[in-house]
Amino acid sequence: MIAPRSHNLWVPIVTLLVAFMLSALPMPEWVQWGWPEWVLVVFLYWVIALPHRFGLGWAFILGLLLDLLQGNHIGVNALAMVVVTFFSMLMYRRLRMYRSWQQAFVVFFLVAINQCISYWFQGIGSNASSGLWFLLPAPISGLLWLWLFVVLRGIRRAFKVA
Amino acid sequence: MFKGRSTVKKFIIYGLISISLIIADYQFDQMQRIRAWLSLAVTPVQWLVDVPQRSWTWLDERLQVRDELIAENKQLRAQTLLAERRVQKLAALTVENFRLRDLLNSSEQLDEKVIVTELIGINSDPFIHQVIINNGFNSGAFVGQPVLDATGVMGQVTSTSAFTSRVLLITDADHAIPVQVNRNSLRSVAYGLGQYDYLELQDLSDTADIEVGDVLVSSGLGLRFPKGYPVARVIEVRHMPGKDFAKVLAKPTAQLDRSRHLLLIETPQQQNVFQQEGN
Repeated sequence: MIAPRSHNLWVPIVTLLVAFMLSALPMPEWVQWGWPEWVLVVFLYWVIALPHRFGLGWAFILGLLLDLLQGNHIGVNALAMVVVTFFSMLMYRRLRMYRSWQQAFVVFFLVAINQCISYWFQGIGSNASSGLWFLLPAPISGLLWLWLFVVLRGIRRAFKVA
Repeated sequence: MFKGRSTVKKFIIYGLISISLIIADYQFDQMQRIRAWLSLAVTPVQWLVDVPQRSWTWLDERLQVRDELIAENKQLRAQTLLAERRVQKLAALTVENFRLRDLLNSSEQLDEKVIVTELIGINSDPFIHQVIINNGFNSGAFVGQPVLDATGVMGQVTSTSAFTSRVLLITDADHAIPVQVNRNSLRSVAYGLGQYDYLELQDLSDTADIEVGDVLVSSGLGLRFPKGYPVARVIEVRHMPGKDFAKVLAKPTAQLDRSRHLLLIETPQQQNVFQQEGN
């Protein structure tokens, strides 16, 4: 290619911004329990698609912003995002080869890890207990992946993000 | 593989930074101030999320049919009339109250200053009962400030930034509010359980005089919430044989998951307390 390459990095940033808005959307309580981890799932797509652009630094910053947005203790989501991103960076080549339902299964596990970390660190010293319901976003994020993967791949190809 | 190793190194560094941030956030009060400034970064997102709701209200107000407006106007007038009648009575009662207090030589109760504020977001994490309001320290909100809605106590401000504040609701699992039974001034503390419908009184003895239907009002002890605002209504008193304490559940009177317009209360005495705490 001779034409100057533009990376179109604003496209992933816009999708992440939309994910932030979706994650902050006010919802009835019963929906909140199963509300998928939008930011994490969208970011995972970009990590797998463009691992040379989106790495642990991005994960850390996005996690911090998520903490500020949700009023968590600062660093909780940052830690969870960094851990999950690290795992997906280790196996992004394998993930690309998988069929989409296999990818969804991996996303399910990654989001479950994210939920465990943020639940444990957030819950220190509070008297909330509701069983294992905090894991509910994991399977739903997995299902979301099947659809989101197609949408984001379409966006990436349409805008030639590199 | 060089790249793999640098990833591991980065992972360890970012992980350690995150963990030390978490520890700092639990340990040090100064993090409040840092958080206040950092929160400015996410304020635009909070505003954007609220845009559909605001534009819908705007559109709804402009597209209302004349008849509906007239009907609503009539209804509001009727309500105002009823409210005014009550206020008239209240004026007489207030004067009487002052006189009686004078007789008893007790200190006067000053009227509190009120700021009307609007809810612009709620926390999407079901474990944290928090809402975001569109008043920050630029418009007089301060940490520890009590927040009410039209029907009762909602919670308190836990962090402020320039334009928005976070309010911890009384039902959050980390929250507790000193209350008393309106009927007989029995004092207790109402703990949040992390469920929107319940508060629990954990420290009432089995023989305490409390019944289903009793109204709990804020007691003013603890100097955070002003005295006498309704907090909850008792819906269940369970006496368990063999236990020293009764299990008492109460339902908050404030519409915690519905109210959009809230009141920030400011008592001069409280302002002083928090300024002293800050120094």
